[in-house]
Amino acid sequence: MESVNRPLSPHLQVYKPQLTSVLSITHRATGVFLSIGTLLLSCWLVSLATNEITFAKLNTYISAWYGQIILIGFVFSLFYHLCNGIRHLFWDAGIGLNIETTYKTGYAVITAAIILTIVTYLMGCA
Amino acid sequence: MSLQTPLARARGLGSSKEGLHHWTAQRLTAIALVPLSLWFIFSTVSVISKDYSTVTLWLQAHFNAVLMLLFITAMYYHAALGLQVVIEDYVASKWQKIGCLVLIRFLVFFAGLSSALAVIKVYLGL
Repeated sequence: MESVNRPLSPHLQVYKPQLTSVLSITHRATGVFLSIGTLLLSCWLVSLATNEITFAKLNTYISAWYGQIILIGFVFSLFYHLCNGIRHLFWDAGIGLNIETTYKTGYAVITAAIILTIVTYLMGCA
Repeated sequence: MSLQTPLARARGLGSSKEGLHHWTAQRLTAIALVPLSLWFIFSTVSVISKDYSTVTLWLQAHFNAVLMLLFITAMYYHAALGLQVVIEDYVASKWQKIGCLVLIRFLVFFAGLSSALAVIKVYLGL
């Protein structure tokens, strides 16, 4: 049974952005970004297992400005996905599903992700 | 008028795939990834962009090696499950969808095993 020209479910172009929907799509986007980031983590581990020269070469990329941006992006995405994921787990348990709570936890997720990213950045500088 | 019972009519009409297992596995890996991610970030931030011998020593600590293996496993499993849902939602053509799903699984196994082997190699000092 082939359906003809029906729009797929999350049709973002026609959906008015709200905090809830924006956080939802950000959850997906960070998820995809984290998957790619995990491949980079694999590269880091494999280069460590290869030899010192390969590892040192990869390190120069990590230390470069673009490497640092990717790293901060990865850390933020991980914290965001982690915090929002916990929000999702509570929803799965049937907790916090009314609109008022959803907005409160939504803002809490953004705040927590930003603070944790800054804390991690400062720890990395120390 | 049908003489079938409601159950008989419903049988065979479900997705009859593996939705429940997917749902459970996604939540289980998510719960596992809460402590694992926190360990990963706060432990890795102290050695990222450090030199070869420092990182090697760090990963040779038993606790770090085990948690890194667990993190990699849970992360790739969770990533495969999440990317599957994204592909199922956004890729319309049946064969493109199947192609993407197969590709994701191959890639996840390849990257996951490569990383695991790298961790073991460094841990054993080979």
